[in-house]
Amino acid sequence: MTDQTLSGGISLNDTRRSYAALVQRRRLYGGITVLIFILLMVGGFNIADERNAGGFWNGLGQLGDFPEGVISEAWEKRGQLSGHMVTYFGALLETINIAAVSTLVGAVAGIILSLLSTRGLAYWPRLTPLFRRIMDVMRAVPEIVIALVLIFILGGGPVPAMIAIAFHTAGALGKLFSEVAENADLKPVEGLESVGVNWAQRMLLGVMPQVAPNYLSYALLRFEINIRASAILGFVGAGGIGYELKNAMTWGQGRFDEAAAIFLMLFGTIVLFDQISSHYRNRLTKGDQA
Amino acid sequence: MTTTDLGPLRESAFRFLRRKRLVSLAVPATILIYFTYIFFSFDILGLAERARMDNAVTLASDSWSYKTHVTRDNRSGELAYAIEGERKGTYPDGTRPEWVSDAGEALVIDLEDGHIITFLPDNGVSYVIPGYGTFEARLVDGRIQSNLGDTPPEWINASGTRVAITTDAGRLTMTRSKTEVFRYFPGWELFWFTLDSPYHDHGFVSLLTGPQLDPERSNLSGMWEDFWRNSMWRHADVAWAISETILMAFLGTFGGAIIALPLAFLAARNFAPLVAVRFAVRRVFDFVRGVDALIWTIVLSRAFGPGPLTGALAILVTDTGSFGKIFSEALENVDDKQIEGIQSTGASVLQRYRFGVIPQVTPVLLSQILYFFESNTRSATIIGAITGGGIGLLLTQAMQTQKDWEEVAYYITLVVLMVMLMDTLSGWLRSRLIKGKGN
Repeated sequence: MTDQTLSGGISLNDTRRSYAALVQRRRLYGGITVLIFILLMVGGFNIADERNAGGFWNGLGQLGDFPEGVISEAWEKRGQLSGHMVTYFGALLETINIAAVSTLVGAVAGIILSLLSTRGLAYWPRLTPLFRRIMDVMRAVPEIVIALVLIFILGGGPVPAMIAIAFHTAGALGKLFSEVAENADLKPVEGLESVGVNWAQRMLLGVMPQVAPNYLSYALLRFEINIRASAILGFVGAGGIGYELKNAMTWGQGRFDEAAAIFLMLFGTIVLFDQISSHYRNRLTKGDQA
Repeated sequence: MTTTDLGPLRESAFRFLRRKRLVSLAVPATILIYFTYIFFSFDILGLAERARMDNAVTLASDSWSYKTHVTRDNRSGELAYAIEGERKGTYPDGTRPEWVSDAGEALVIDLEDGHIITFLPDNGVSYVIPGYGTFEARLVDGRIQSNLGDTPPEWINASGTRVAITTDAGRLTMTRSKTEVFRYFPGWELFWFTLDSPYHDHGFVSLLTGPQLDPERSNLSGMWEDFWRNSMWRHADVAWAISETILMAFLGTFGGAIIALPLAFLAARNFAPLVAVRFAVRRVFDFVRGVDALIWTIVLSRAFGPGPLTGALAILVTDTGSFGKIFSEALENVDDKQIEGIQSTGASVLQRYRFGVIPQVTPVLLSQILYFFESNTRSATIIGAITGGGIGLLLTQAMQTQKDWEEVAYYITLVVLMVMLMDTLSGWLRSRLIKGKGN
């Protein structure tokens, strides 16, 4: 008995052969996918390189020049560095304020949108798809679009950036919030309903206590993101530290010490708020028994 | 029967409630105080003064309508018809809009609803305004003489050198050098074909079914060519800019992921060869993330110059940090049993990683990468505005000229569509890859 057969008369060799063929085909498909991906990456890189003003390989050598220039100039004038930091502290505060206000406003709008678009909680259950689409659009509009339009109407300053970031935040948080709210236990809501409480009270007393830790954790994460966004928007003209950075950059050589001070402050702020927020997020999601 | 003294328990319960009540009052109060501070710090009151509502009106009306200029040079008497007054929108010689007609020596411009402007010979102009009467003016020795009284209505702005009349139907301006009429139309002008194209002013259906208009090309290919090379809307350039933005996001996201994956092994607790290496790699990730895309963009654009490559590299560098952190956390959560199983067959270290670790983390990694890809499409728009590449650049340029708001509206629509498309695409891919093909 050399030829082993399985029940049903299929020989083991056949099975082995078909398995080998399957593996081979799988490898082929995998290989083709990887090949296409590599081609896309290389081709894309070459196109981007061609369209760029300076080439990649030339630029690679000059990569260190600018940081070196900034650092050496900042080192020469290191005595003035703390002075610059004091000067630009107000601008930094404005950037942080923009992020904080837009996170607060965006989170409140996000909460309302999320409750309106969650099955089982919505005030108008039939309109949930509508509110979902609204959130999709709000998330899709890049902040810079709203900021630029509002700068044209309202003039420069923190308010356009604040509105732009809050708008995007409302959409982004609304989606995350509604995912959390979907998993909320409906029993407290039903209990409240049975005693004749209105919708707003049901949400506030029945849903909010359940979802608050997750909501807060998402809002904190968003605050981190919004600090970065508010610095970037400043660079396009919406006030704050980004605007000062742009000015310091356009003055160029000789004013790099100011740029260096702003770089340092921005870096420090981002790291600081990242740390604070991740600390509290850990406590919120893993529970604080302290 | 045991008696317990409930006093202290009660006391502590009340204390807890009191504290809770205080907190639930203090949080809204703090937020209120903060908003009051912001109200003054952001100068919300001054905002009302600074706001330019006329800009808002221009923007709102301009983004969905266009105007056709009829201009007479008051020195040479030459007439010109141009959409938006642009050279690219000028009617070719011998053609003009059908609402302009001759009446002897004069030129009659019909603005509809009874508004009729007539360019009279010898630099004269008359405007029949329903409900007001007829306005007449003439340029005599460099001065504009009109039949206006001492107190013209507020929609007429008149002086000896310049007259401007704005009505619902259109606008008439007269200066020493030229007399100009604007007539407004809804829609985006010349979106499909410019005036020099033979396909302009034909319906889509009649073009498809009708006779061949250009002997050299078939209607379909000619339409495509003229649409694609439309000098007013520059569809080819816009499409190119959109793909440039997506390219930046693609290169940045996937390049960052490729670099971050091997480094993440060094930063994961269960794979790191040395504690010192793990610590160092983690600090590198933190630094790269902390420096932020804005600063990377500035530093990189100094070295590589403006363009899409700089934007792609800025996204790549920042994302390497974020991916490194996420990947190393995913790697720390892998199940050791599979790795041991692979090891028991005598697999080398690389094989162990390839067959024991990678299959476990692939779904998490891929879904994160796709999520970042989608959000980076949005970031690439902003970074493009800073480094000068992609649709972000076109958008800021169109905004800065403060003229072509219909183009701004067009770009915004495209950006939103692009982001929503990437959103759908990445969501679809994620569900396919993670839940398997059967879904």
